[in-house]
Amino acid sequence: MIDNIQLNSEGKLKHFLSIEGLNKGLLTEILDIAESFIGMNDQQIKKVPLLRGKTIVNLFFENSTRTRTTFELAAKRLSADVLSMSIATSSTSKGESLLDTIRNLEAMFVDMFVVRHAISGAAHFIAQHTAPHISVINAGDGQHAHPTQAMLDMFTIRQIKQDFSNLRVAIIGDILHSRVARSQIQALNTLGAAEVRVIAPKTLLPSHVESLGVNVSHDLTTGLKDIDVIIMLRLQKERMTSALLPSESEYFKCFGLTEDKLKIAKPDAIVMHPGPINRGVEIDSKVADGPQSVILKQVSNGIAIRMAVMAMAMQKQGAV
Amino acid sequence: MSQIHIKQGRIIDPANKINCVGNVYIAGGKVLSVTDQPADFTPDTVIDAQGQIVCPGFIDLSTRLREPGQSRKATFKSETIAAASAGVTTLCLQPDTSPVIDTPAVAELIKELAEKAGYPQIYPIAGLTRKLEGTELSSMLSLKQAGCIAVSNAHQSVKNLLILRRAMEYAASHDLLVMIRPNDYWLGNNGCAHEGAVATRYGLPGIPEEAETIALAQCLELVNLTGCRVHFGQLSCKRSVIKIYQAKKYGLKVSADVAIHQLHLTENDIIPFDSSYHVLPPFRTEVDMKYLRQGLASGTLNSICSDHQPHDIDAKLGAFPETEPGISSLETLLPLMLKLVAQRAITLEQGIASLSENPARVLHLKRGALTVGYAADVCVFDPDLEWQVNAGNWNSQGINTPFWGQTLKGRVTHTVQAGNVIYSLLC
Repeated sequence: MIDNIQLNSEGKLKHFLSIEGLNKGLLTEILDIAESFIGMNDQQIKKVPLLRGKTIVNLFFENSTRTRTTFELAAKRLSADVLSMSIATSSTSKGESLLDTIRNLEAMFVDMFVVRHAISGAAHFIAQHTAPHISVINAGDGQHAHPTQAMLDMFTIRQIKQDFSNLRVAIIGDILHSRVARSQIQALNTLGAAEVRVIAPKTLLPSHVESLGVNVSHDLTTGLKDIDVIIMLRLQKERMTSALLPSESEYFKCFGLTEDKLKIAKPDAIVMHPGPINRGVEIDSKVADGPQSVILKQVSNGIAIRMAVMAMAMQKQGAV
Repeated sequence: MSQIHIKQGRIIDPANKINCVGNVYIAGGKVLSVTDQPADFTPDTVIDAQGQIVCPGFIDLSTRLREPGQSRKATFKSETIAAASAGVTTLCLQPDTSPVIDTPAVAELIKELAEKAGYPQIYPIAGLTRKLEGTELSSMLSLKQAGCIAVSNAHQSVKNLLILRRAMEYAASHDLLVMIRPNDYWLGNNGCAHEGAVATRYGLPGIPEEAETIALAQCLELVNLTGCRVHFGQLSCKRSVIKIYQAKKYGLKVSADVAIHQLHLTENDIIPFDSSYHVLPPFRTEVDMKYLRQGLASGTLNSICSDHQPHDIDAKLGAFPETEPGISSLETLLPLMLKLVAQRAITLEQGIASLSENPARVLHLKRGALTVGYAADVCVFDPDLEWQVNAGNWNSQGINTPFWGQTLKGRVTHTVQAGNVIYSLLC
């Protein structure tokens, strides 16, 4: 089961594949360790020797700029040797299987894989089949999980709101296709948020969304009431061609976050977005760049969270 | 052909309402007598069946042996041994081979491969439409004359209902059975798991039960319209069972089966991403499983099929949605049926009937019973013998079963097909 594969026999993090199966204590530990790294961003020498001599391979089977860059920076700041591969355009297009790619890289004495893949379950599959000394960090698999994104969001929320227990959080947009939302919901529920609310049309919600532990609203104007944290999700263009939505403009009219709608939430509500944002589709520029937005803070925090997770996963080998 | 004496086993022959300890006598490939010793009978083979159960050989309504076209997954040789070791004496092959069973030549090739494998009782199911593309009718009459026992479009849905109507009308004109696994292509939406809480949590593309029930409802209306004889295969959910019940009550000529694993597993079993549970239709909820069991017990679903789909190892090595669906399931058929009996979901007689008498009736075959004069297809099994599902006990080339490593109860000791002993368990 999930918790067994992610944790070693002492209950320490070995792989980081999903939030599911990790308890509040462990999630808090990730946040605390990230906290200790956050000060480094302002230092002249932004490096610690925690993972010196370790080799980390970023395996990106799907394109990404932000996630890949922050993972790369995180690894470098931990003094690891890091190699980033965009496999979307290399071996798999030559017909090589996922497992063959992994086996080949294993043969090059790698210590950790950071994996992004378009198919749900890919990171689990790699963790199940890779050599026992190798750690796997999920950098997003299909529609399943994006646990480091969720944790950097939790980190950002904690920085501003301190405590989760009184927080009402709204996640707005394409929940159906969002690995970020699934991980956020699990993290918020594990950390004890008062309420997680999802706001979207039915076409963008998974069939049994309530089973994730959320309240559901189809109306942004009523749904934003009493909300402390607003998380907007990116809307992919292809949702229009697959008949999930009629048009971008109608979506923006119903679910786009504007200054007016933001006023419905609590006055000190913060606005988050995992990026990249579609201005004028899910969020108005005035809100994205406004005083309540913490979108760029999320990006900075991404490095510290990824450093924390990498350091913890390597801890089993005596790195920390 | 040899004379066989199956001695002192518990004979369970639901078709003839026999359940007693006794003897079965076989000569000339046929059942010569049950219980009464015939005069001048000198057997050259004696099977001691004391403490064991003697029943009609099993008839499997949906099997894939992968040949022609995919011998890397399985061959007639490997899978007929697996079938024989599972007490299965008659196999119906789905048409989605490569090439598709849509010409008499391919049907004849299947017959040849079966003869060569020493397991002649293999019936090809012909494609309902050419290349299973759902656009043109296959040459059903020629295919029937070449030995095809039914027509089916296998996993491919016929998207155009006008074509499906005409295919049913044409099949009905030639008294051909149409076999359908109801699935609406569009609602299925290339999913890989039941659209429920588990698929939601794991971000897996879901298949709603409506993909099955809506397709089933459409087909039932077409049965009413065309008078075609239709058998629905591998049903997976509660409302399908209810629909079949209502259709039968209304008087439609329909029958239905369930794949053995659907009676034991649910959506929860795939957690987190175990590809050995990737199957179509997907495992659904506890409630669905309960209704499938009740459907079987009440006779609404009259048969159990193996839905045997052996795969090579690579087919299951990957992220769950990218792996190929299907379970290698011939060899777990009997123990899993016996598990239903042990759990009091059905009686042993019902279990045996659903694997022999009832599928024979669906196919209009004079098999599936120990009736005097019928071809001697017999399965002898030890209901209490425990065995582990492992390489040493496995015959199929496909080891893609979620039961791998488990210890199951109930094992076939002898299989007789048309009077030939095709399997004996070496102890």
